[in-house]
This record gives sequence, C-alpha cells and structure tokens, in this order.
Amino acid sequence: MSAYLRLAGVNKTFGNFTALGHIDLEVEKGEFVTFLGPSGSGKTTTLMVIAGFEKATRGEITVADQSLAHLAPQERNIGIVFQNYALFPHKTAAENVYFPLQMRKVGKKEGMKKAAEMLDLVGLKGFAHRLPKELSGGQQQRVALARALVFEPDLLLLDEPLGALDKNLREQMQIEIKRIQKRLGVTTIFVTHDQTEAMSMSDRIVVFSNGAIEQAAAPLDIYHRPATRFVADFIGESNLLEATITDAATGKAHSPVLGEVTCGAEGLPPLTDGQAVSLLIRPEHLKLSREPKEGRQNAQMVIETIVNYGDNAVVIGHAGDQQIRVRVPGADVVILKEGDSCHFSWTADAVFVLDK
Amino acid sequence: MGLSLSALAERKTLWPWLLLAPLTIYLALFFLVPLVEVAIMSVTEPRPGLANYEKVLTGSLYRKVFLNTFGTALLVTLCCLLVGYPLAYLMSTVSKRAAMGILLLITMSFWTSFLVRTYAWMVLLGNNGPVVWLMQTLGIAEPPPLLFTRFSSTLAMVHILAPYMIMNIYTVMQKIDPSLIRSAESMGAYGKSLFRHVYLPLTAPGIANGSVLVFVICLGFYVTPVLLGSPREQMAAGLIGNQIEQFLAFGLGSAMSIVLLVVTLVILGIYHRRFGLDKLYG
Repeated sequence: MSAYLRLAGVNKTFGNFTALGHIDLEVEKGEFVTFLGPSGSGKTTTLMVIAGFEKATRGEITVADQSLAHLAPQERNIGIVFQNYALFPHKTAAENVYFPLQMRKVGKKEGMKKAAEMLDLVGLKGFAHRLPKELSGGQQQRVALARALVFEPDLLLLDEPLGALDKNLREQMQIEIKRIQKRLGVTTIFVTHDQTEAMSMSDRIVVFSNGAIEQAAAPLDIYHRPATRFVADFIGESNLLEATITDAATGKAHSPVLGEVTCGAEGLPPLTDGQAVSLLIRPEHLKLSREPKEGRQNAQMVIETIVNYGDNAVVIGHAGDQQIRVRVPGADVVILKEGDSCHFSWTADAVFVLDK
Repeated sequence: MGLSLSALAERKTLWPWLLLAPLTIYLALFFLVPLVEVAIMSVTEPRPGLANYEKVLTGSLYRKVFLNTFGTALLVTLCCLLVGYPLAYLMSTVSKRAAMGILLLITMSFWTSFLVRTYAWMVLLGNNGPVVWLMQTLGIAEPPPLLFTRFSSTLAMVHILAPYMIMNIYTVMQKIDPSLIRSAESMGAYGKSLFRHVYLPLTAPGIANGSVLVFVICLGFYVTPVLLGSPREQMAAGLIGNQIEQFLAFGLGSAMSIVLLVVTLVILGIYHRRFGLDKLYG
C-alpha cells in the first residue's frame, strides 16, 4: 500500500534560519498522526507547509500521488482547526459550518442541511443558531471541527486545538475527536506539545526537534523504544544515566552510579565494547526497598522529595550526583520519609540503551 | 491601626468623582450653561413662543439649508470611506513601522491650524493656482470654477475628516485575527468572496464608528464651508452664524442650533442602540 500523504525532503528556511531541515514522512489513508515536539521544533511549520500557508523552500508534498506544489490553500481541500478555533464571530454556528460549502457553490438549503447534520455529529444539536460568543470553549471547538470536516476534506489538520481548554474538557474532547475521526475515516494530522494527548489519540507519533524528525513510530514504541536521547527525555518521565558498554555480547555495561548493569530491553541497537551510551530506565520500572531485593539489580539512593498524586507518587532521590525518579503506588508512600536512605532495584528488561 | 475597611471603600468611591470634578465644573460653566441659555433664547427671542421653530421647520430656505447640510455630510462621509478604507487596509498589511509612518503623514494635517489649511486650499484651487494652471497646460481652455463650489468645500472637509475615518477603520482592521483569514482561505474563500463574507463584516464596526464620527462632525462644520463653499449651498452652521452676526436674530439662530443638536443626538442615539457609543472610542 502506498502512502496517502507523502513529504519528501521538505525544507523550509526563513533567511538564515532553518525552520525545517529535511522532512521525509509518509502517512497512510485514514491514519491519525500526531506531530509532537516543543515549541519551535518545526511541527507547526510542517503543518503550515502542508496547508499551503508556507511554501517549502525545497522538497515535495503529495496527496494521493498528486503534488500540492502549485495549489493555493484554497485548492488543497484540507480542513484545518486552528488553535483559537478561528470561528467567524459574525456568523452563527450553522453559518460557520456552511461557509466552506458556500465557497464550493453549494446551495443554501442543501448546505445548511449538511451543516446541521455535521453539528449533530459533533454533539451540538440545538446550538445551530448561536453566535460563537454565546458558546463555551468546548462548544466552539466542536463547531470548528464540524466546519473543517463538512466539506469532506482529503486531510484534517489540527493545530494544538485543545490548548485553551481545561483538563477535564480536554480529555473529553480527545475522546470526541478520536471518535469522529474514526467514524469519518479522515486522514488526520494533529499538532501538540502535550505528550499525554499524543499518547492517547495517535496511531503514530512523529517527534520533532530543531526542525527535524527524531522518530516516527506507534505511541508505545516511542515510549519503550525511543530512537534518541531527546525522545527518551521528552516522552514520559525518564532516568537517563551515563554508562559504558563493557561486554556487548551479553549486554553488560558499567555506570558510575549504578555499577555493573545488564541491559535486556527489547529492540536494543547494535552495541560495541567501550561504547559510551545512555541507559534509560522509566520511573515505573524501579522499585524502592529498605534492603536490597533478591533477584533484581540494586543501587542506593537518598530520598529528597516525594510528589504525591493520590493513586501514585513520584519519589525523587539522589544517587551520587544523579537524580533518580521512582514511581511508586500511592499506598507505599506512607512508609517513606524525605532524607531516608533506601535501595532502588530493576530488572534487565527495564534497561534500554541509547546512543550517547 | 489602619483605616477601617468601609472608610477605605468610601475613599475609593470618592476618588473618581474628585478627579472628574475640574472637567465637570468646566463643562457645566462654559458648555452646559450657555447651551441652556441658547435653548431659552430660542423660545423667548424676540418674543416668547414657538414662532422660531415654526419658521425653521417650515420655511423653505431653512429646509433647503438643512437638506444641503445632510447631503454634504453624507457625501463627505462617503468620500472619507472611499479614501480611508483602502488606506487603512494598506496600513494594516504593512509593517508596524511603516503603518506608523503613514499614520504620521495622515495626522500631520492635524498639526496645522484649521484656518491655514483652509487658506491653503484657496491658494491651490484659486484662479491663479497650480490646479487651474495644470488644467490649462493640459489643454482645458476654460477650466470650470473650482473654488467656492460644493467641490472645493467637500474636498477640504474630506481632507480634514478622513483621518478620523482611517484611524477608526485601522483600529478594527489591526485587531482582526489573521487566523480568521487563513481559516477562510483553507475553506476555499478567494479574494472577492473572502472580502464580502469575512473581511467586510469583520471591519463593519470600524466603518460604522468612522462614519458616525465623520457625519456628526461634518453636520456642524462652520469655517470650511463658509470660506470655501458656494454661498448658494450654505450649511446649517454657516446660516446660524449669519443669523446671529449679520441679522442679530438670536432667537432664530438659537432655534436652528437646537434643531441641529437634536438631530445629531438622534443619530448618535440610533448608533448607540445598534452598536453602543462606548465602542466609538475603540
């Protein structure tokens, strides 16, 4: 199966500044892909290049093997939901949704009927005649989504659409967007800097940093098998420790903090003896105990801070100069005290090796 | 021990009034009192009764002058809009620095005295002026009279009032969220339909603000139409001036002033109900 959306060597410079280095990406039809990265990493620029608001300096973008190069934004048939929704304040919800149809010369009667159906789909039945300012943030968001979908676009682009919503509403909208996207089967690109959002919604996550793609993979692959130190650090909480490979064949490494470590996680990159690496151990894969635990690899740390989340807690401690984060069940926290010395332990399959 | 809370609150509520006092007293003494005097004069001079109003509202001369005043104000407003809208748009598209430069050029005329500007037009448009000379050079043997016509007074008033229009429209245009335009484009809107369905409605408040301001100021214009306009096409303020200065008809002049004031207030009232007067100042 060939890719539906293809970016080949897309490069974008503003004067001396390189916003996008060399972006290669393929997206399947119906796929939900998230562009994740810190601000200024190039994710929004890539979106704008796809939408046609920015022109790529070099490279090519195709949708269904048709080049977009000579198409104005108006001709690309792409639905976009902007960060601030960009609803027309002088038009009602229904008129907003009708607008792209109106531009496509769809008659008022038929168009308004379609708009009403779309508003129905996004759960806004009965709000058709409200002006945007009479709608809540979440409702405005739904109108924007309906408007971007009503003309059956080839692509749906969402530019940090949930940024302005509070946490509960945000989670609700994540589920909602995912439901609608699945139902319509529209190929979707979702831009966010929120990793939990990316994790929960995407078929695939593309991690951006400094105008380049660090990794493009399924959410769990990104989490468990990060391609670079940046990805490991950016996605989820992580303990990253300096180490040197001592025996590549058996996956042995030496870390100044942990001592002798056996690395056993799946999908390790090829290693050589003497190679300087970073070891990744996720906080939830560490356990705390008073005494060293039998059958696990152990090291010692001093507890510095305990951050309680109710159902779980993060214990932050120090082993030498190295900060160690351990996620423990909430019930375990009561027996721990700041300033206590304790052991933390892990198993070989929790240790993932990254190029330094 | 500090002040009690209620005392503090009292002091807080008193402050704004104290700050407003000088202006309020000034306006009361030099604006409100004379205005009331004018109103009284309009029903007492030369003798008590509504004779002055009857004359103003039914006399054909006065009706003509009032109609002419509204016609001129409407024309000036329209011209200001036609000149101002594209200019304001230009300002909203260029860099902030360039926009400030244009704004400086536009408001430069504010720094010049009213009379000087008016006399400048007299020199420019006069029989021996550069405009007539240019027309003659271009082969128009007998150029039409420019000065002391509706053309010259309208031109001068547009020159004076256009900045109000431009600044009002520019303020609104500048605040338009660029993502609204982008989003319209992404949905397939091109130049003409983008303007009609999105840009024009979004800038409508600026057009309304600017138009009301220009129209209302224009209704009461005195110096420019008197000095530059055609004597046959007098405006209300000019006629009021005549009544008082030349005919010493204080009552009649006052009655005309009151009618002009009431009409202006009615227009502002309608605007207020539709848009809210508070929006007039951005």
